[in-house]
Amino acid sequence: MGIRFILLVNKQGQTRLAQYYEYLTLEERRALEGEIVRKCLARTEQQCSFVEHRNYKIVYRRYASLFFLVGVDNDENELAILEFIHLLVETMDRHFGNVCELDIMFHLEKAHFMLEEMVVNGCIVETSKTNILAPIQLMDRAS
Amino acid sequence: MALSGMRGLSVFISDVRNCQNKEQERLRIDKELGNIRTRFKNEKGLTPYEKKKYVWKMLYIYMLGYDVDFGHMEAISLISAPKYPEKQVGYIVTSCLLNENHDFLRVVINAVRNDIIGRNETFQCLALTMVGNIGGKEFAESLAPDVQRLLISSSCRPLVRKKAALCLLRLYRKNPDVVNIDGWSDCMSQLLDERDLGVLTSVMSLFVALVSNNNEAYRNCLPKCVKILERLARNQDIPQEYTYYGIPSPWLQVKTTKALQYFPTVEDPNTRRALFEVLQRILMGTDVVKNVNKNNASHAVLFEALALVMHLDAEKEMMSQCVALLGKFIAVREPNIRYLGLENMTRMLLITDVQDIIKRHQTQILTSLKDPDISIRRRALDLLYGMCDVTNAKDIVEELLQYLSTADFAMREELALKAAILAEKFAPDLSWYVDVILQLIDKAGDFVSDDIWYRVVQFVTNNEDLQPYAAAKAREYLDKPALHETMVKVSAYILGEYSHLLARRPGCRPKEIFAIINEKLPKVSKPTVAILLSTYAKIMMHTQPPYPELQEQIWAIFRKYESYIDVEIQQRAVEYFVLSRKGAALVDVLAEMPKFPERQSALLKKAEDAEVDTADQSAIKLRSQQQTSNALVVTDQQHVNGSILGNQLGLVKMPSQKMEASTHNQGLTKENGAVSKVDPEPTPSADLLGDLLGPLAMEGPPAAPVSGEKNMISALEATPDAAGALALATVGDQSNSVQPIVNIAERFHALCLQDSGVLYEDPYIQIGIKAEWRAHHGHLVLFLGNKNTSPLLSVRALILPPSHLKMELSLVPETIPPRAQVQCLLEVVNLRASRDVAVLDFLYKFGTAVVSVKLQLPAVLNKFLRPISVSAEEFFPQWNSLSGPPLKLQEVVRGVKPMSLLEMANLFASLHLGVIPGLDTNPNNLVSCTGFYSEGTRAMLCLIRVETDPSDRTQLRITIASGDPTLTFELKEFIKEHLVNIPMSTHAPAPAPAPAPAPAAVPLQPQSPITPAGYTDPGVMLAGLL
Repeated sequence: MGIRFILLVNKQGQTRLAQYYEYLTLEERRALEGEIVRKCLARTEQQCSFVEHRNYKIVYRRYASLFFLVGVDNDENELAILEFIHLLVETMDRHFGNVCELDIMFHLEKAHFMLEEMVVNGCIVETSKTNILAPIQLMDRAS
Repeated sequence: MALSGMRGLSVFISDVRNCQNKEQERLRIDKELGNIRTRFKNEKGLTPYEKKKYVWKMLYIYMLGYDVDFGHMEAISLISAPKYPEKQVGYIVTSCLLNENHDFLRVVINAVRNDIIGRNETFQCLALTMVGNIGGKEFAESLAPDVQRLLISSSCRPLVRKKAALCLLRLYRKNPDVVNIDGWSDCMSQLLDERDLGVLTSVMSLFVALVSNNNEAYRNCLPKCVKILERLARNQDIPQEYTYYGIPSPWLQVKTTKALQYFPTVEDPNTRRALFEVLQRILMGTDVVKNVNKNNASHAVLFEALALVMHLDAEKEMMSQCVALLGKFIAVREPNIRYLGLENMTRMLLITDVQDIIKRHQTQILTSLKDPDISIRRRALDLLYGMCDVTNAKDIVEELLQYLSTADFAMREELALKAAILAEKFAPDLSWYVDVILQLIDKAGDFVSDDIWYRVVQFVTNNEDLQPYAAAKAREYLDKPALHETMVKVSAYILGEYSHLLARRPGCRPKEIFAIINEKLPKVSKPTVAILLSTYAKIMMHTQPPYPELQEQIWAIFRKYESYIDVEIQQRAVEYFVLSRKGAALVDVLAEMPKFPERQSALLKKAEDAEVDTADQSAIKLRSQQQTSNALVVTDQQHVNGSILGNQLGLVKMPSQKMEASTHNQGLTKENGAVSKVDPEPTPSADLLGDLLGPLAMEGPPAAPVSGEKNMISALEATPDAAGALALATVGDQSNSVQPIVNIAERFHALCLQDSGVLYEDPYIQIGIKAEWRAHHGHLVLFLGNKNTSPLLSVRALILPPSHLKMELSLVPETIPPRAQVQCLLEVVNLRASRDVAVLDFLYKFGTAVVSVKLQLPAVLNKFLRPISVSAEEFFPQWNSLSGPPLKLQEVVRGVKPMSLLEMANLFASLHLGVIPGLDTNPNNLVSCTGFYSEGTRAMLCLIRVETDPSDRTQLRITIASGDPTLTFELKEFIKEHLVNIPMSTHAPAPAPAPAPAPAAVPLQPQSPITPAGYTDPGVMLAGLL
């Protein structure tokens, strides 16, 4: 069970954040991102949030211009991942205040710090927003 | 927008963002990479801040998909930086850029270890996280003890321990030895007592990994998991921070429920009760609410609970609740829920007794097959594929065919393959199967792989009844204007072989058939041309006496292709031309194709292979493994005397592959002497192709049977050379030369539970059985199938009935003609209850080999039972009126094969002991009621009660009551024999001529009660039986 990767991609298909929990070569990543972006971005609001791809699934959610795509093993609970995406967005919201694509783009490191706190090795570690944001706040205060 | 602390980074990011096109972006990035490279080269001048900035730039560039092949050392070196901001960047960027096998990682193991064992909590967290993400074997070896210590230390704060748990998980995956199971299960049990939900969330991930590997070792943790679930479900002591839209950490609930799915059963009654209470609460208490997030979260928990209930498969009541819920879900509009409903219903198919309920939703599922969303369509297709059986195959396959013309391209191939497989597996009759495949080719020719049409040709070849029908259909399709090339191939092939069967129909004279096929010739590819040439040769062969006009036309084509560029086609043309001038000899040379050996369907094999890398589809895979093809091959109908029993598909399959090999081999020397050797395959591919196209060109043995031939040789150890040398084998060699190729004991056992199948098979003969039982009468048909091209002689079948059965066998012919099947009727009358077994003493000669076998016949006690369903009001008075021995006997049976209650109920059902659910209030008990028929007793009611012990599945108590003491005793013993482990001998008995002491390996059938364990000699056994 586990998360294989988390991707944030905008409407134009540009990657805004990428975190892989299994090693893929650069070529593999490019191919994979291309394929799943093509698959998911073409879908309508009325379609379900799950797309089967190769031997795993993509659970995705769209927020304004940004798509959150999470690749998971087949036995992972899809709805739990779908809400985990929302938890990530809420956490970002709490930190940035109404988060937008540019926040994530220009604060790449902060987005990474948050993900680090939430997922390790493809497993969910922490779901409390306070705990997730604690290290970042600590650092903000220090600098 | 607040700018990042690193100005240079922000500027770079907005530069890239402002690029108008990919080319500009590439230029900007190349420029930056050059810049970073020079900066890193002149290392001395770099401040930690600058280093940090460049490393982030590298990560950004890498994320955009550009190769960053330098600077890794700089990123890694930041790990050793003394200050938090630099260290943090070092750890994060390293775990993004490098993989576990990167050499540079070795350099920092020490620095990482120092951080882990150091006093600084934040450093510990960074280090543990990086190792958790990319730690490899070397990390596992050097860090595991430290990480374990942190995880269980009481002085460590939760923020460190939760990272340590996942770090350990990583190390464990890299090297499972780092966790010593003996000591660790207690630690794990303590860790699960943790109150902090963050630690618990990551500990649970570790636990799932450990338990999935060895659930036995962590059995002590099971009650803890149930406690956690209870705590969450009841919302006891859950901090606000961990509730999500009012739901206590749905993620932890899901993980814990998942962990429980790795335990086969929950045995402790208290834990069990608590768990089922929680599950019940979740099943019943999950309502649909307006808030999407809340709805999703609660349904995430619900679906996981469903999976656990299905896995435990214990509470009938709950199972039906689950099915009802899923039935509701697949009908809702919300696409996510519908998708998951379909997916979970497919999983549910693993549980056999819900199939009928799922079938009720067929219409709804078919609707989803037309959903605008491909994800949902795929789920619906999988579910339909999984739920298809003989009863609904027609409907489902026809829907699939209809859908095929509108389906998107991404799904067509899968759809075509699945339709073909279902048609093959569940065809109610073979002509329907032919219809389906031809429609499939017609509608989606591009997506129909060659395997599919090879398979239909095999079926038609092996089933004479089908041939005129298939030929007529093929002819019809040829009239269509735009024909797919695959259709040309299959039609031409079938018409070449069988168009003479249609000769009297309008439009089917050889000349007309030739003309319509020949219209296609100019437009087809080389492999098809090769098939068409063969078809012409066949048409010519069937046209006796020849029509000069047709002959001329065909010759002209052959001559034209004699100089064709493709060697295979050239050779065919030359050979057919020469052959066709041999007059009557042509008929021998181009005789009809022999039957194909029965083998696993290449389609099923393909589907299985495909599943390896597609979705898990475990249900489907399991089912496809359980159900081998129902479409058996029916052979030699014209030799069958008397009526054909039941449906054709039920008949015994033959011939086997091995014999086919020798047929080819012998046929070659006999018939094809004049033909030169040619490469049989125009395009090298699967062995099927060899089968189909090879013999068509009439030359050497095709690819597949070659291996069969080897088997054949090893089967006949006595013969020094291949099959041709058979005649040289001396009588003295024969004794052990013929070995059965099925396990006789297994076959007998299987036939005790079912009514038709193969009783015995060796390289020469196959004996099948089909039985019908009515009250105390049995009507058995023995099918004796000669698998060879030469006759079986001196056939003798003798029935040795036990004293309680009256048996009468119809006349068995002394000779079984080549490749013929003979049916013999065997009438059985049951006089009284007994577990003695009838024996068939069978003898035949093949060539010089004399084969004699003694086979137990499956006319056993349970065949005279008929399940009866009674109500509690009827049952209990009967049960009470039969009190005490000898009418009612009770015994504690030990050494029972461990099986679940469901398995036991299935076993009872196959023994014709009708299980009556719900009669006994104790869910661990099983009550069944059946009627026994014999001439002496007529119908006699038998009542059975089995009490099982959930904590020890190897023992149970059985109570049996009936109005006849012998029956009670015999039935009790009979059921016992089926419950205790039946030693399945892997060796088949060596059939020796007469009762010569057979060496070892005679299966001890528990069904032959007077065979004590010491008897190994069939002769002695037989004497005992008589």
